[in-house]
Amino acid sequence: MPEVTYLEALRQGLREEMRRDERVFILSEDVGNYGGAFKVTEGFLEEFGSARVIDTPISEAAIVGAAAGAAHMGLRPVAEMQFIDFISCAYDMLTNYVATARYRAGLPTPIVVRGPCGGYVRGGPFHSQNPEAAFLHTPGLKIVAPATARDAKGLIKAAIRDEDPVLYFEHKFLYRRIKEQLPEDGDLVTPIGKAHLAREGRDLSIITYSAMVWKALEAAEQLAKEDGLAVEVLDLRTLLPMDDEAILTTVRKTNRVMVVHEDTRTGGIAGEITARINEAAFEWLDAPVLRVTAADVPLPYAPTLEDYVLPQTADIVKVARHLAAY
Amino acid sequence: MASPPAAAAKAAAPPIPAGLLREQLLELYYWMRLTRSLEERLVNLYRQGKVIGGLFRSLGQEADSVGSAYALDRTQGDFLSPLIRNLGSMLVQGARPLDILRQYMAKATSPTRGRELNVHFGDLERGYLGQISHLGDMVPVMTGIALSFRMRRERRVALVYVGDGATSTGTFHEGINFATVQRLPLVCIMENNGYAYSTPLARQTAVRNLVDKAKAYGAHADSADGNDVLAVYEVTRRAVERAREGGGVTLIELHTYRRKGHAEHDSQSYVPREELAYWEARDPIDRYVRRLEETGWASAQERADVEARVTRELDEAVERSERGVFPEGADALGGVYAEAPDAARPWYRERADA
Repeated sequence: MPEVTYLEALRQGLREEMRRDERVFILSEDVGNYGGAFKVTEGFLEEFGSARVIDTPISEAAIVGAAAGAAHMGLRPVAEMQFIDFISCAYDMLTNYVATARYRAGLPTPIVVRGPCGGYVRGGPFHSQNPEAAFLHTPGLKIVAPATARDAKGLIKAAIRDEDPVLYFEHKFLYRRIKEQLPEDGDLVTPIGKAHLAREGRDLSIITYSAMVWKALEAAEQLAKEDGLAVEVLDLRTLLPMDDEAILTTVRKTNRVMVVHEDTRTGGIAGEITARINEAAFEWLDAPVLRVTAADVPLPYAPTLEDYVLPQTADIVKVARHLAAY
Repeated sequence: MASPPAAAAKAAAPPIPAGLLREQLLELYYWMRLTRSLEERLVNLYRQGKVIGGLFRSLGQEADSVGSAYALDRTQGDFLSPLIRNLGSMLVQGARPLDILRQYMAKATSPTRGRELNVHFGDLERGYLGQISHLGDMVPVMTGIALSFRMRRERRVALVYVGDGATSTGTFHEGINFATVQRLPLVCIMENNGYAYSTPLARQTAVRNLVDKAKAYGAHADSADGNDVLAVYEVTRRAVERAREGGGVTLIELHTYRRKGHAEHDSQSYVPREELAYWEARDPIDRYVRRLEETGWASAQERADVEARVTRELDEAVERSERGVFPEGADALGGVYAEAPDAARPWYRERADA
């Protein structure tokens, strides 16, 4: 089996879906001629032509709105946000138009909006964001955030096939750093709504997603070596709808839980997960649910500042020790 | 130039413009009458407290909605997206008065099962898409619908309505720009009725005419008297056929006037009374009736037949709509997603002791 990067896996998934289903098309800025800012769609214009790989003006709201219109008529558009930070320009279209369409008017709107999220790349305040919490609050949307190459491929395929609008947040730090052997043939689809146990353990659980899965695994390894702790790592993969069953299963198993995300703290997804655990499994807890997140600031540029603000492996180790000793 | 003999002018009706047939002139009359009378019925229901939310009128604007929608070719599958004052366009496109009445009264049997208001509903088969309240947003969506027509090599045209207010939004700009760059089969009717809620045109834009904006996008530009249903038909027909032949986007400004407030609650205190009188004298239905009389295109009896048909249909629709009930509260929880289970029912609703 050949080894592919997270980015190549995503590209494979997109390409396979476009070959499989002629209704699938891509519309966005610089995706055709240039092949995308990160080259995710490199070679697509040549293979699929300009009718299915459409370069658009800088108009995120129009990109998402046009995707919605085309989806109503039976097509399967995939819209790229060049950086996911720009999805806020389409916030109105996504939350008011797209997310409500099925509920209010029975309109099928199977669109995918995907783009690179996340920090650790010195991108500054507008090329590093993690906007998932802004959309978690919107019934009608689905949100996925792959951590592995396998899921990068499996989730884009599932997202394109889904009957509802899916936001697909790919982490740019992982694009070329994560490699994995993937089967060349066969239809690799990751089910939406299912978390994945990235590491089994019995002493405490880290619930996380996206790039933080790797930091959590690193911390778990260190805690195993230095403290003899068996840490469980749950990779949510899908944020909306959330896999409550997987969350509650790990809570009941280890009784000590922390939530790690790269997004800022206040109003972040960790708060929602904590509330769900509180409501459904309070009596199973031996300690309060703790959070490791970014500090509540816009993400700064200088390496010293960015490293200070974002969660680091050492933070996770420290909080895990506190939790284990509680 | 010699005048035609008086006797001949009297005997022969002048030719009907825009290639319309005599029956079609009566259809246009029917749709305009139906629009106005349906709204009058809704006013009665509103005053009786049976309309749950606000009531939005298109009094004085019936010609622009009806004439423009009538210019679409329903046999080709042309598609439109109305705004709040384009009730007439929806009726032409196949929405039933019963649907409109049920929507306003939030009945379980309404097209949106009580989930959405008034004319906010659509029908993909009949070819109209319900608006959302965020003005301008339907422009990119209709751009996408036009894009789907081209991708599938269908000879269909998309028609989107905006008001003078909506032309100030970012989504209007983004959508028209994208559509013109792609040369999509899209026609945008800019209905200039003088006011966006209480804001007059001069506070909305610094251009003299809305259609001046077309130049900025490289779109075709056209305009017409929005209170002349035949002029509206003609100008829209031209744009629709151009779009169908691959000629791209046209922005059409229709000059009309909003003779009621934003909604029934709005007394229009900000509108000069003489302005209302001026436009009342230019009522599009009265004008059309006079024209039918003067030209002899339709007889008084034929018009009376149309009016009787409207009355009969609305009597029946109102009676049927009032019989419906509200949806059950818990019906609110389903249908957010295609397959996912319904939204969680609050646990405290399940408990007898809570």
